[in-house]
Amino acid sequence: MTAYIIRRLLYTLPIVFGVLLITFVLFNIVSGDVSDQIAGKAASAETIEEIRAEYGWDKPLFLSRDSQFINHLKNSLTFNFGRSWSDRELIIDKIKRGAGPSLCLTVPMFIGTLAISISLAIIVAFLRGTIIDVLSVFICVAMMSIPFLSFILFGQYFLAFKWGMFPVFFWPDLPVYKYVALPALIGIVAGLGGNLRFYRTVMLDELRNDYVRTAFAKGLGTGSVLFRHVLKNAMIPIITQVVLAIPFLFLGSLLLERFFGIPGLGYLMIDAIGARDFQIINAMTFIGAILFVVFNLITDICYSIVDPRVSFE
Amino acid sequence: MNNAPEKITVIIKGRSYWADSMGRLRRRKLAMGALAVIAAYLAIVLFIYAAQWTSLDIPILNWGQKIGAEYQPPSRNAIFGTDFLGRSVFRKTLYGARVSITVAFWASIISLAIGVPLGAAAGYFRGFIDDVIVWLYTTLSSIPYILLILAFALVLREKSLNLKWLGVGKVELSGIATVYLAIGLTSWVDICRLIRGEVMKHKERDYILAAQSYGCGSSRIIFRHLIPNVFHLIIISFSLRFVSFIQAEVILSFLGLGEKNNPSWGAMIDAARLDLPKGYWWEMTAATVAIFLISLALNVFGDALRDSLDPKLKVQ
Repeated sequence: MTAYIIRRLLYTLPIVFGVLLITFVLFNIVSGDVSDQIAGKAASAETIEEIRAEYGWDKPLFLSRDSQFINHLKNSLTFNFGRSWSDRELIIDKIKRGAGPSLCLTVPMFIGTLAISISLAIIVAFLRGTIIDVLSVFICVAMMSIPFLSFILFGQYFLAFKWGMFPVFFWPDLPVYKYVALPALIGIVAGLGGNLRFYRTVMLDELRNDYVRTAFAKGLGTGSVLFRHVLKNAMIPIITQVVLAIPFLFLGSLLLERFFGIPGLGYLMIDAIGARDFQIINAMTFIGAILFVVFNLITDICYSIVDPRVSFE
Repeated sequence: MNNAPEKITVIIKGRSYWADSMGRLRRRKLAMGALAVIAAYLAIVLFIYAAQWTSLDIPILNWGQKIGAEYQPPSRNAIFGTDFLGRSVFRKTLYGARVSITVAFWASIISLAIGVPLGAAAGYFRGFIDDVIVWLYTTLSSIPYILLILAFALVLREKSLNLKWLGVGKVELSGIATVYLAIGLTSWVDICRLIRGEVMKHKERDYILAAQSYGCGSSRIIFRHLIPNVFHLIIISFSLRFVSFIQAEVILSFLGLGEKNNPSWGAMIDAARLDLPKGYWWEMTAATVAIFLISLALNVFGDALRDSLDPKLKVQ
């Protein structure tokens, strides 16, 4: 068991190295030295030199003990991403500050989506072949075809602006549940089509099994079969989905945060794109990938503990 | 020896896999309707390109023209109303199809051109080549997709590509090229993984052993034997990914990373963002409906295509 965990840990090393290589190629080689852009039009040669020294663009790319590549590895692995161009704040502080508001939005959204789409999926799967099933699959496809931006804009316009049911924008004095309610609702509705369709397929696979027929033959009620027998067995693919979705919760929602002014990580990224603050995008890419790798590792280890059939070899 | 296979075909008179699938597809009314919608969009895009190349002056394609007062609601002389400069929203919507379809088309080509050969090579050769390719796509897929695509789009913007080694010289990356490069270079992972798995299964089959014993080289086996046999997967993936490419283009354009000089649906939504609270709903609605129709048609058609081409469904 310990040997398995160690081997699995070692297996993540090339992945982390690969991510560092990709961010290096993107932000140090392709994008390269952008000191003149940071300094602005009327900058003196000394200012540009100073900026180049701060970000290390005056150093060789590879092939030196103090090369840009070695520094990139060192800085990323110690989460030392330097300061933002625009306001000179440490990037890691910005990210730490943004994680809270992002989670406030994404966690309720995620739980809501799961609860609603799984319960609906069980019902729709049970009614397979009927007109309700056909109709709901078509509605799902139609909902998947509406652009996310339209959900946000029309939702914000009608529910908040016109009918005044929710606050239009984030306001620091508001209690969390108030400003999170509408964006979370929009996120749930926008994602419902795709999720419902996915879980319907999972449930349909499960409903074909013999134990379902046995349970009905025993005389159990529909509700009891669906929610106590089928749901329990369908949990394995669902849990895989859930655990792998967790790292994305930290990253927040780019567009929802932008429209509702929630100061989370999605908002930070939009700001960084506008200001062309490459270092923030670099930091977020690396942190997002590390979270994904870590949660993947946790899933695998959990499997090996729970399921005795997983071999350690 | 040469006559033997012909004799068999005469006796069985079977329908080919493709004829069979297309027959099944043709029986689905909804899918055919969706195909008509897709064809209409493609026709519009081709028409715009044709008009550009022949530099014809067709009024309906002249989206920059002022046709009336600013912010006119939909009426008889402006079907979808006018925008903040008095330009026709209908013309902008038509023109926006060009950007979206072009981006989705090139992004698909790029992702297939990278994903299919890599996946086939990994599945066929295994060993070290497989390890490297799997490492590459595992790395790419461990970066959250939206971040990866943003990073690529941001970095590639306003860059020039040095293609001297191809004999093309320097190519300036304009807005639209940035978008499809960013989408294409980041989205080949799924198709690569799919093809690799499928090729690994096919490699054990007798027809590959037969080809090997005939003395076919690896590249002949991959391109003439393996890829034609997994080609239906490529088509299914292509038709379903097209939707996500269109949606990605809309988001990138909206974020200001896309086409600047010509109208696109994303840019229209971005403009409408500030107009909507003032009650000017038509530009937003036009862009939404345009995206919705093509996405719905592609989704419906892609699903029908998958059902017709997937051999597993024959059993049921």
